[in-house]
Formats: sequence, structure tokens, C-alpha cells
Amino acid sequence: MNSNEKLELEILACKARIYALEGIFNAKSGHPGGSLSAADIYTYLYYKEMNVDPANPDMPNRDRFVLSKGHCCPSLYAVLAMKGFFPVEELPRLRKVGAMLQGHPDMKSTPGIDMSSGSLGQGVSAACGMALAGKLDGKDYRVYTLLGDGECEEGQVWEALMFASHNDLDNLTVIIDSNGLQIDGPVEEVGGLEPLDKKLEAFGFEVFKMDGHNFDEIEAAVTAAKNVTGKPSAIIAKTVKGKGVSYMENQVNWHGAAPNAEQYEVGRNELLEQLKALGGEL
Amino acid sequence: MAEKVVKATRESFGEALCELAKTNENIVVLDADLAAATKTSIFQKAYPDRFIDCGIAEGNMMGVAAGLAACGKIPFAASFAMFATGRAFEQIRNSIAYPKLNVKIAGSHAGISTGEDGATHQCLEDIAIMRAIPNMTVINPSDHYEMLGAVKAALELDGPVYLRLGRLAVESVNNNDDYKFELGKGITLREGNDVTVIATGLLVREAVIAADSLKAQGINARVINIHTIKPIDEDIIVKAAKETGKIITFEEHNVIGGLGDAVASVVAQKCPVQMKKCGIQDRFGYSGPAKELLEIFGCTAEGVERQIKEFLGK
Repeated sequence: MNSNEKLELEILACKARIYALEGIFNAKSGHPGGSLSAADIYTYLYYKEMNVDPANPDMPNRDRFVLSKGHCCPSLYAVLAMKGFFPVEELPRLRKVGAMLQGHPDMKSTPGIDMSSGSLGQGVSAACGMALAGKLDGKDYRVYTLLGDGECEEGQVWEALMFASHNDLDNLTVIIDSNGLQIDGPVEEVGGLEPLDKKLEAFGFEVFKMDGHNFDEIEAAVTAAKNVTGKPSAIIAKTVKGKGVSYMENQVNWHGAAPNAEQYEVGRNELLEQLKALGGEL
Repeated sequence: MAEKVVKATRESFGEALCELAKTNENIVVLDADLAAATKTSIFQKAYPDRFIDCGIAEGNMMGVAAGLAACGKIPFAASFAMFATGRAFEQIRNSIAYPKLNVKIAGSHAGISTGEDGATHQCLEDIAIMRAIPNMTVINPSDHYEMLGAVKAALELDGPVYLRLGRLAVESVNNNDDYKFELGKGITLREGNDVTVIATGLLVREAVIAADSLKAQGINARVINIHTIKPIDEDIIVKAAKETGKIITFEEHNVIGGLGDAVASVVAQKCPVQMKKCGIQDRFGYSGPAKELLEIFGCTAEGVERQIKEFLGK
């Protein structure tokens, strides 16, 4: 991508972070840490990679995205809204009674959400089913799913990964948002996931790595993953939990807590500064 | 009369899948390394390209089924009732029922008649677990003919369905020519006003035999076959409560959460009458030949007759 395209993506991702923080603040609940770490990945997929049509969200041959780490939906909702799947006016109503935007993704209520998810470990299996359906029908769509690194402690994840490679699902790319933190502490202290790359390889995946906040690297990894044939691909995205809000970055306590008014003001201003520096505006 | 058939409902299930797959190309069948036992092997043989063995990983199988359904397939995901509804409960709830995806779940080897494998494999809680989930339809066919109708009805319904399958070969009770499977509709098999016997699964035939024996002794028992446990036929239950004043239920399932409780819920809220719930009385089973276990747990015609008499104080 050229520098203008890259700048455009950076602006969109920054705006997604602002919307996500606003939604979580309004709801007085939600998961800012992972929403902020995954924002660039959503932005790249929906703006540069996936074949989707906001005017026709159920288009049969569309590429699919399953947010297996469903709690990180606030920034995904923001990207979908900016892309045109539903009005951005829905975003501040996140988690409110009667809102389109549920605390975890609901495919029945939200246009653009391809799978209901939130119970960890389950989305990746659904993504396998979607990829398999594509194979059975001879369709050429691709399926992406995003998992948390902590989520990989779920046994079902490994059942699904075994299934994906056993069935040669080369139309599936599994992305792991490796921000290193989960609710109870660092992933390496709680669950001990490493060496993740070797585990994925042992499960039959072609494995790529990227800086999950660098669009050049995201593009390179996603493109390489797309070109893998005969087996599924995985991308380990090194990310910063709470990315963009200084006091949230790499802090475990911001996994699932909403900022108070004062904290929100500080965080929002930081993100607005970043947006301004990029030359963007809300 | 149609031919009398002695066949396990799991086998009828496998045959029905093959028949329906001829005209519905969206049907795909998933199993978790139990195809030979659940009888999805019949489908596997006929349609190898539409059969997916997911290995011994029931949770993932339900998620894969959800993903297939989200892309327009109609997956039938089979395993033993214990593992399908027990191990994979939460996958069924969150990945299938919550988004109301068009997945059919088949739980084979349900009930005490699983036999020699013993308590770990004799699922006595599946009906309770499945009927507690919103959007879920629960069907427990009593014989070969009913299973054929149930699979077809499940296919025609756009949404999740749980089908309960038995291991033991059972003699058909629905081989009358006018038999018709209607989802959510109970079937009155014997008329009578002294007591109503409501049964499901393999207990239906036993209840009919018991009622015929009681008739010779001057007791006129109404017999109702409830194949659809959710949504349950409230009308037929309320009518029976009003007209007979006494209801006794029979199921090869824990009396907590199964047919008995589903009927009791209707009776208590719409027309309270005296009730008795027969089945497995909140305990685990154990190993033994199916027929011996059914006898011990009161699930034969003799056991049904005895329990009806006790209920009536005769």
C-alpha cells in the first residue's frame, strides 16, 4: 500500500478506538484493553482485504470474519459502522437496553456480524464450519477469525485447529491477538501458551508473525497467509493491550473495566491528539 | 397397516437422513467418531462427500455445525446423547441456539437402555438440558415410523432441533396407516377416562400394552404419546387433566426436568390435578443388558401397569 492508503487506515483505526472508548464509557462497562489492541487488524481486514458489501451484508460469496474473542467487539462495531453496515449513531448506545450493539456480538441483531460469539473458544470452530461450507460448495470466499492469546487456553481452540488442518482449510486464516495479558495476569503466568508458533505449526498451520499495529506488516502477513495452499494459516499479531491510551497500555486491570469520567477525558484527548497528528477528524 | 418393524430409532434416523438427502442437497452430517453407533454410518456410506467426521471433539463439532448452518447448510450433528448434550451443552446454547442456527442435534444411546456401557454412557438428563435452552425444539420419537416423521419435520423447521435416539431395537407402535407426525402434537393412542398415561420414547409402546391389560381389569386408561417434548402439546394435556382428573407420566429419563416435569408444568398452571412422575428417580444407572435394566427401572409394560395401579390405589 502507498503512504496515503496507510495514513487513511491509521486514521480509521484511531477513530475506531475513539468510538470504542466512548461506547465503553457510556455503558460504564466493557473491555477496552483488547478492543484497543485489535483495532488495526479489524480496520485492515474490512477496509483493505475482505470482500464485503455493507449494502448487502448477507451476500453469499462474501468473505467472513468471526470475532472469537467476542468481548473485543466495541472497536469492531466502530469499524463496521464507519464502513456503512449501520449508522455510527448506534455506537454510543453499546450495551444499552434495546441496543443493536450487544455486549458480545449478536449476528441476529447487528448487520455485518457473521457469527454470534463471546464464549471463548467457540468462534474458531464456527469459522472452521464456514470455511468447510465454502469448500463443500466450491466457493472462493475466505474466512478470518480473531482469537485472544488467553483464549488459546480453551481446549476447543485446539480441537478446532486440528479440524482445520485435517480438512485442509486453506481458505481459513486464524489471527491471534497476542497482547500478552488476560484477566488474571500475564498469559505466560496464568496459562503458559508459549511456544505458540511451534504449537500452531505442530497442529498443521503455516504460521506468520506481524506487528499488529503496523499496516505494512499486517498487509504482508495477511497476503502471505492468503497465498498458502493445502493447509490453514495462522498469524500471530504482536500487539499492545490498551493501545493508544497511555495509562491503559500493557495494564492488566484495563482488560474489562470502563474508565470514569476523568479517565475517559484523558484517554479521549490522547486519542484525539493522535487523530489530529494523523490529519484526521471525527 | 404398515409393516410391524423391530428396529432401533438410531437406525431409522440413519435411514431417514439418506432418504431426505436425495432431495435436499444442503443436508450434511457430522459425527464425533461414533458413526457406527449413531448410525450416521448409513449416510456416510451413501453420501461420503457430505459426511464429516469431526473426531472425538463434540464441542468443536457443534461449532463447526453452527458455521456450516450460517452458510446455508443444514447440518445434522450426531453423538451419544451424553456427549452431544452434556459435553457440548454450552456450544449448543451459545453457538447454535442463541443465533437460532439451523442445526439438528442427534443424541443417540439415550436412556437406561444403553445397557452394558453403564452410568457414564446412559444419558438421563438430555431432555432436561435441551428443553431449558430457548429456541430449541426437543423430539423423542417412540419407534421407527415416528423417527422417520420426526427427522423430516426437523428438516422442515428452520431452527435448532434436538432428536433423541435409542440404542435398543424396539417394536413399532405407530404402524397404523393413518399415522401422521405433527410437530408439537401429542397422539391419543387409547381412549379412557379413569386416568391418563402420558409416555414418550420407548415407553409409549409399553404404556399401550399396560393400558390394554388394565382395560381387561376394568380400568380405562387414556394413553397419550408425547413425541415433541418442546414445544409440548398443552391442549391435549389440559383436556386429559379435565376429563380424567389424574395423570401419570413415563419416560426413560430422570424424572427431574424431563417429560414428567414438562407435563407437570402445564398441569400445575392450567388445570391442577393429581400427578405421578415415573422414570428414573434421580439416580444413576449401572451396567447390564438393556432389557433387564428396563425391567429393574420399571420401564416395561409390567412396570408401567404396576405403577399405574399404585397411583390409582388399586
